[in-house]
Amino acid sequence: MPNEISNPLALIAELTHRCPLHCVYCSNPLEMHARANELSTEIWTRVFQEAAAAGVLQADFTGGEPLARPDIVELVRAARSAGLYVNLITSGLPLDEAKLAALVAAGLDHIQLSFQGAQEETANEISGTKSHTQKLRVLDWLRQHRVAVTLNFVIHRRNIDQLAEMLAIAESSCATRIEFANVQYYGWAFANRENLLPTREQLDQSLALIKREQERLQSRIRLEYVVPDYYAKYPKPCMGGWGRKLMLITPSGDALPCHAAQVIPGLSFENLKDRSLREIWEHSAAFQKFRGEDWMQEPCKTCDRREQDFGGCRCQALLLAGDAAATDPVCSLAPLRPKVDAILAGMNAAPLAQLLAKPAWLYRPNPT
Amino acid sequence: MPPVLNSRPRLAPGCRLGENNQQRVLLMPERALRLNGPSLEIVERCDGKHTVQQIILDLQKIYSKAEPHKVAQDILGYLALLQKDRALDFEL
Repeated sequence: MPNEISNPLALIAELTHRCPLHCVYCSNPLEMHARANELSTEIWTRVFQEAAAAGVLQADFTGGEPLARPDIVELVRAARSAGLYVNLITSGLPLDEAKLAALVAAGLDHIQLSFQGAQEETANEISGTKSHTQKLRVLDWLRQHRVAVTLNFVIHRRNIDQLAEMLAIAESSCATRIEFANVQYYGWAFANRENLLPTREQLDQSLALIKREQERLQSRIRLEYVVPDYYAKYPKPCMGGWGRKLMLITPSGDALPCHAAQVIPGLSFENLKDRSLREIWEHSAAFQKFRGEDWMQEPCKTCDRREQDFGGCRCQALLLAGDAAATDPVCSLAPLRPKVDAILAGMNAAPLAQLLAKPAWLYRPNPT
Repeated sequence: MPPVLNSRPRLAPGCRLGENNQQRVLLMPERALRLNGPSLEIVERCDGKHTVQQIILDLQKIYSKAEPHKVAQDILGYLALLQKDRALDFEL
């Protein structure tokens, strides 16, 4: 029943899958949308207005690289005029000083600049391109503007030992938030997992460092740390619960309950070109599929934590258990947790030098 | 550090008042706070013009039935909370 459905709060707008980087853990699907199928400025503008009317507070502009859209300044203005808080998640690569000033003037509220590491060599290896120096330039330009700045560092085995250096970059900038988010394993990251997953010892050391630094930086920088699901005791409340808070829109206009939902067999997605955002949110089969608790299996069905973590991530359940309705296997209560433990045990048994040898990465390509 | 009485609180970059479903909200990076009554009265005055002292005096007038000392304490507590959230800058 519609009146039992909560408002969506955030709209994740994947404006394009085009990107100058080729990160080995990209959250885009393995099959990407071509430029020719991308939504027009007009349709996005309508979507922002419908989103605000449905209760959405924030639009997250992401991609691919959202700055690859030639109409990006117009899109920022459209989302802001619709009443949304506008957040841009970018590699900073296609940015110059004039473009940055235009984005801020159009109403950009918050910029999240992604980093692939603290050291040029690691960062460039992970992104499959020379990108690090430009990011440092962008950090410098950002001082001139009234916009909130978050630095996003994606963490994995090959850079988890650089956290202190990453913090030094952040502290010398105007950022007020840092997100250290460990890679989670679906999509491209799942394909590269054996070369990305940190060891138990690396993770423990990073946790100790974060705790110390959070205390030291208290009133200056907000420091958030996300551990890899595989090492967690309980799963994360993926997307804040299926169809509860977030709607993701793909470059071609499909409305998804989460980034990776397209991997789940049997789900079909409605397109914003054909239906209104509110109709899709309230009635589409994909958003209804794992909403609420009816779909849950044991142990989730009777678990005290079911309203806290909503059974975890459906895509992770599919990837590890072969069943999107299973309890997320990373949960310590899941029947399939031993499978995750075996993956961790196998990796942790190898010597670190061997684990850090340069791998043959599967790089994310750029769509046409 | 508690806010200084003669400083002028101002919403930090990326923090602003918004409205959603007829409800005023303080929009911040990755979060939002619903505002009503006194919290809205306070945040509306965090404009870089009012001093902390002026905000206290204003609210003591609006909430004249409440104990003035308690109103002052509540305001200082709320401003400290917003400061901890990095939602305010204090200008002298």
